[in-house]
Amino acid sequence: MKKVPVQFTLNGEDKAEFVESGATLLKALREKIGDTSVKAGCQQGTCGSCAVIVDGELRLSCLTLAERCDGAAIETTGGLAHGEVLHPLQRAFNEGFATQCGFCTPGMIMAAKALLDGNPQPSREDVVEAISGNICRCTGYEPIIQAILAAARANSLSAA
Amino acid sequence: MELRKEYFADERKDDLKEIGQPRLRSDALGHVTGTTTFFADRNLPGLLHLKMVRSPHHHARIRAIDLSEAGRHPGVVRILTADDVPHNVYTILTLIQVGPEDETVLATDKVRWKGEAIVAILADSERAAHEAAERVKVDYEVLPAVLSIDEALAPGAPIVNEYHGQNYYRYDSGESRKVRFGDVEAGFAGADHILEQTYGSGPIEHAPTETTGCIVVPEGSGRYTCYTNTQAMFFTLDNTSIILQMDGAKLHMVGGTVGGGFGGKVDVIVEPIAILGAKLTGRPVSFIYSREEEMQISSPRAAEKLVIKDGVMRDGRIVARYVKAYIDAGAYSRHSPYGAQKSAAHFPGPYTVPNVWVDSHCVYTNRTPSSAMRGFGVTIGDFALEVQMDKLARLVGMDPLEFRFVNAYRDGDMKAHRQPTEGAALIECMQEAARASNWPVSEKYLQMSSARREG
Repeated sequence: MKKVPVQFTLNGEDKAEFVESGATLLKALREKIGDTSVKAGCQQGTCGSCAVIVDGELRLSCLTLAERCDGAAIETTGGLAHGEVLHPLQRAFNEGFATQCGFCTPGMIMAAKALLDGNPQPSREDVVEAISGNICRCTGYEPIIQAILAAARANSLSAA
Repeated sequence: MELRKEYFADERKDDLKEIGQPRLRSDALGHVTGTTTFFADRNLPGLLHLKMVRSPHHHARIRAIDLSEAGRHPGVVRILTADDVPHNVYTILTLIQVGPEDETVLATDKVRWKGEAIVAILADSERAAHEAAERVKVDYEVLPAVLSIDEALAPGAPIVNEYHGQNYYRYDSGESRKVRFGDVEAGFAGADHILEQTYGSGPIEHAPTETTGCIVVPEGSGRYTCYTNTQAMFFTLDNTSIILQMDGAKLHMVGGTVGGGFGGKVDVIVEPIAILGAKLTGRPVSFIYSREEEMQISSPRAAEKLVIKDGVMRDGRIVARYVKAYIDAGAYSRHSPYGAQKSAAHFPGPYTVPNVWVDSHCVYTNRTPSSAMRGFGVTIGDFALEVQMDKLARLVGMDPLEFRFVNAYRDGDMKAHRQPTEGAALIECMQEAARASNWPVSEKYLQMSSARREG
């Protein structure tokens, strides 16, 4: 199989890898780079567990070719905390009981971050729309929606 | 929502350290930082990928299996067939003396459901494993299939599973689990109304976000470390020990982190064959269901058919309840004989009925084997019972909630399976539900107590 060189930043760090042509960003992140915060739930673009942010936009890494990410800035939940200091979304998910099994959580947090980065004070409808591509089978979504709204409030307080 | 403390006030303690206090989940920090290690979050050098060749037919005889082309496919390291499995015919609940062994790890002469595993390919890459699986040629003689409870129990139906000899599980109590309480015929004879209804449900898939799977590492010590998302570590350990005829001390199951289970990860399906693959190749093996396999292959909640016949008096008292329950196990037992038993014990529901007759059957069909799922054997029964309760209330012209107060079980009542009722709280739950939802209920029902009968 032909190998293709790819360079991008992952959570601000430079990464360079040879990937198989046609390999997904999901596989490259998990198996080559070792960022297993990105989860493989369906590998067909239906569950959102593998969601990452590429150049500021939410992407399903299972449907994104790694070789198309050359030069991109990629963000994952694995790089969201600064040491022991959690991102407001991580804190809100933790304190708001928005995780149960935890498998959808990293993708869910990426979807929420993509929302808050562009819309710091979203309505409940905005939140529901933003996570509509992410499946959670445990919580019934309500604690997740509340956590995202709480993180948005926390952001506005710290900005004030 | 307001916490009502007047219920069972004398049984309540308000000075507990943990109960009633908000506490963060011990695992949530890992979840929100993406550092929780799920079984698949491992990269191992030399990892082999296992891909199953599965039956495209609901029921077929296997005439021949041709592995020659698949075996030559680049990247293929080993192909496993039934001949490689030391104890190929097993049943999970043998651990609690439920038999007979009725399921093959890899099919031999027959397949009994669409998706049944026949041959396992071990290859260097997922792609090579997939491609090789498509090159396995199986010669089938397609057999007539039974795809519903009614078809399975019809006279002359094809036998689904020869290890049982008939299309239902034979308990020590006979063709069904039975509950007999009072005289149900006398109850019907004295009833003002009789209502018989049939309820049905289809299989339900748990659809966890993380699919079923495991990664096995052969260790230098001669042991096998199996990273698994099973919900049943010891079922997995013991059944794997039986299937592989391997001392349990050689098996090191590592798990406890499950990306959604809901009962769907209690069968022992992926671990034995993956460990066998690791043993025979000396390399780490990954066997992870695709999303399609999770939806089609992993065992769902059983389909059920429930016939409920009730005798009821004009004042709302249910005087007789007769239930015929049928649980569709699919082609193999797995946990369904136990599910059907739970179903029998659950009727007549949380109601005190003086005359009860229950037959609960575990039925075999050529469908995906069903197994555990949140309250299996009980949940569908509750759906049917509560719809039946609403219909009975309408029949006698009563409010559906008041109708349930009349029939609710209370402390001291003898249940149909001869367990006296203790610690009942149905009355109090319904009182609070009526208040919370502003559902008008006559004052006499709001004065009732689970602890004593009035008068």
